[in-house]
Amino acid sequence: MTDTTRFIPDRLQSPLERRLKSWETLLLAVAVSIFIVNSFTSPYFLNAWNLSDMTFNFTEKAMIAFAMALLIIAGEIDLSVASIIALASTAMGAAVQIGIGTPGLVLIGLGVGLICGAFNGFLVTKLGLPSIVVTIGTMSLFRGISYIILGDQAYRGYPSDFSFFGQGYVFWVISFEFVLFAIIALIYFVILHNTNFGRAVYAIGNNPVGAEFSGIRVARVKFILFLLTGLMSGVAAVCLTSRLASTRPSIAFGWELEIVTMVVLGGVNILGGSGTIPGVVIAAFVMGLVTFGLGLLNVPGIVMSIVIGLLLIGVIALPRLWEKWKS
Amino acid sequence: MPKQIFTSREFLLTGAIVLLLAIIATRFPAFIAPSNLANVFNDTAPLILLAIGQMIVILTRCIDLSVAANLALTGMVVSMINVAVPGLPVPIIIFVSVAFGALLGMVNGILVWKLEIPPIVVTLGTMTIFRGTIFLLSEGKWINAHEFSEPFKAFPRTELLGLPLMSWIAIAAVILFSVVMSRTTLGRAFYAAGGNPHAATYAGIDVGRTQFWAFTISGALAGLTGYLWVSRFAVAFVDLAGGFELSVVAACVIGGVAIMGGIGSVVGAMLGALFLGIISNALPVVNISPFWQLAISGSAIIIAVALNAQANREKGRIILKRAENAT
Repeated sequence: MTDTTRFIPDRLQSPLERRLKSWETLLLAVAVSIFIVNSFTSPYFLNAWNLSDMTFNFTEKAMIAFAMALLIIAGEIDLSVASIIALASTAMGAAVQIGIGTPGLVLIGLGVGLICGAFNGFLVTKLGLPSIVVTIGTMSLFRGISYIILGDQAYRGYPSDFSFFGQGYVFWVISFEFVLFAIIALIYFVILHNTNFGRAVYAIGNNPVGAEFSGIRVARVKFILFLLTGLMSGVAAVCLTSRLASTRPSIAFGWELEIVTMVVLGGVNILGGSGTIPGVVIAAFVMGLVTFGLGLLNVPGIVMSIVIGLLLIGVIALPRLWEKWKS
Repeated sequence: MPKQIFTSREFLLTGAIVLLLAIIATRFPAFIAPSNLANVFNDTAPLILLAIGQMIVILTRCIDLSVAANLALTGMVVSMINVAVPGLPVPIIIFVSVAFGALLGMVNGILVWKLEIPPIVVTLGTMTIFRGTIFLLSEGKWINAHEFSEPFKAFPRTELLGLPLMSWIAIAAVILFSVVMSRTTLGRAFYAAGGNPHAATYAGIDVGRTQFWAFTISGALAGLTGYLWVSRFAVAFVDLAGGFELSVVAACVIGGVAIMGGIGSVVGAMLGALFLGIISNALPVVNISPFWQLAISGSAIIIAVALNAQANREKGRIILKRAENAT
């Protein structure tokens, strides 16, 4: 919405200098210091099982954050992700009532995610509507459908083998969700940093018209990104529903903000054009560590949201204040 | 000239509202009795006030997602003042609510103006910070009807010429801001800053400062609505008006305010708010579960934004216009 000015420096920084000054390094330092502070303030922090529990604070959100990062780098945004979780979870809950087994449930969850993503993508790329308003609309619409179906009721009775996705452990304290999170992070790392598709995403975010003239099918790439975001919301819906073993229409309420915060905290430019997957991974750990550490100190959830809000504004404001102060 | 009037958004929307009322009246004639319509208007007054502020913000290419949280925080602050000093006259309370709301709006405005942080990030952050602050102030407790002083509660219900003061305030705001938007330099600056920021800068308008004033006005109106809300319902708590910011954006989009800035009117925003207000009041009457509300307002946003895009497209497309919109 505001214009960005890009400066062309006289000489390039050396690779080491660039790496040390990078956002990821700064963020990693923050993560490590939060880890150290936490282990001093609470005796329960340095415990393998507690730390494993901590990962559930961010794994589901981070899965969506990776897809969201690509979308934001390409200059779009999807605020309907939490509502997609609600709708996908409601569809799975309804399927349980008519006796569909675990494989069917997973397919339904992922399918609903894809359909919702396709709907967003259609409205943005085919009708040319601004994604921020479209997804504020679909955010109400998707969760609204959940409310129409469920009202003040809840779906329960998920089959016992369905609980593996959210509650299962692959090895010792390593949960299935954490492994899935790591695999998805790796896949998105390769997509964004090692493929033509990834370069196209950056190109679109920096200059959509230029990208169009260089032969990139901008609309198609954006459509695929909305599909991916929908799909990841479906994956997160499967994990979360399995972990909670129940569905209410208010499930995952407000997650879209935490996911956007995670992406921005990870160094992705909210105006598009830059950002990395490792940054988002570290941001996920930072947010997980902050909420877990405050939780151990009995800080209520709503106060944590102040911290998240301050983090969101602070991480963007501080570098800009620094620039202003220097010049 | 007459053709322009008949195809204007305000005219079409008035037609849609009359049609909507006619459909409801075929089944429930009592709904369009003047006294009931006055009630519907009074119920919609908070939405109208907030939609006017939001319209001005959107005009300048920003968005204010913190309005509902601002409303709730200001509502809590004036409630606590009332509990602490029951004798404080209502005019002072109103002054405090407007001033405090404006102050919160200025926080958004400063971050957007001086640090050039994207408005959506700023207001997502302040939204969670404001909500958290309410919790810190109230320690999560509710302030209930018996704790307020009588004059504090009576003000919005006091009738003048057959209408409650709440309605009169909304009417006064519509008239005041219609004049401000069309007859003052600041009003025209809002349109200029959003319609073409570069041209506005060359014309001597400080775009950032104009955005700052837009946020301040939006905040002041949210603060005023905060007092009206808590006094009318005689209750203040953390989640007061939760999610209301979406209805406010919906009212603006339905009212023909272009999300890319520069296009919109006070009357349009009012009509958009009335459209939503009539729907939410009519649902229980025509025996549809209130759980439909969310999905209906979501669909209304999507349809309205699609119509807006269609209307703006007819004016002829220029290649450069597309490039401008894409950034």
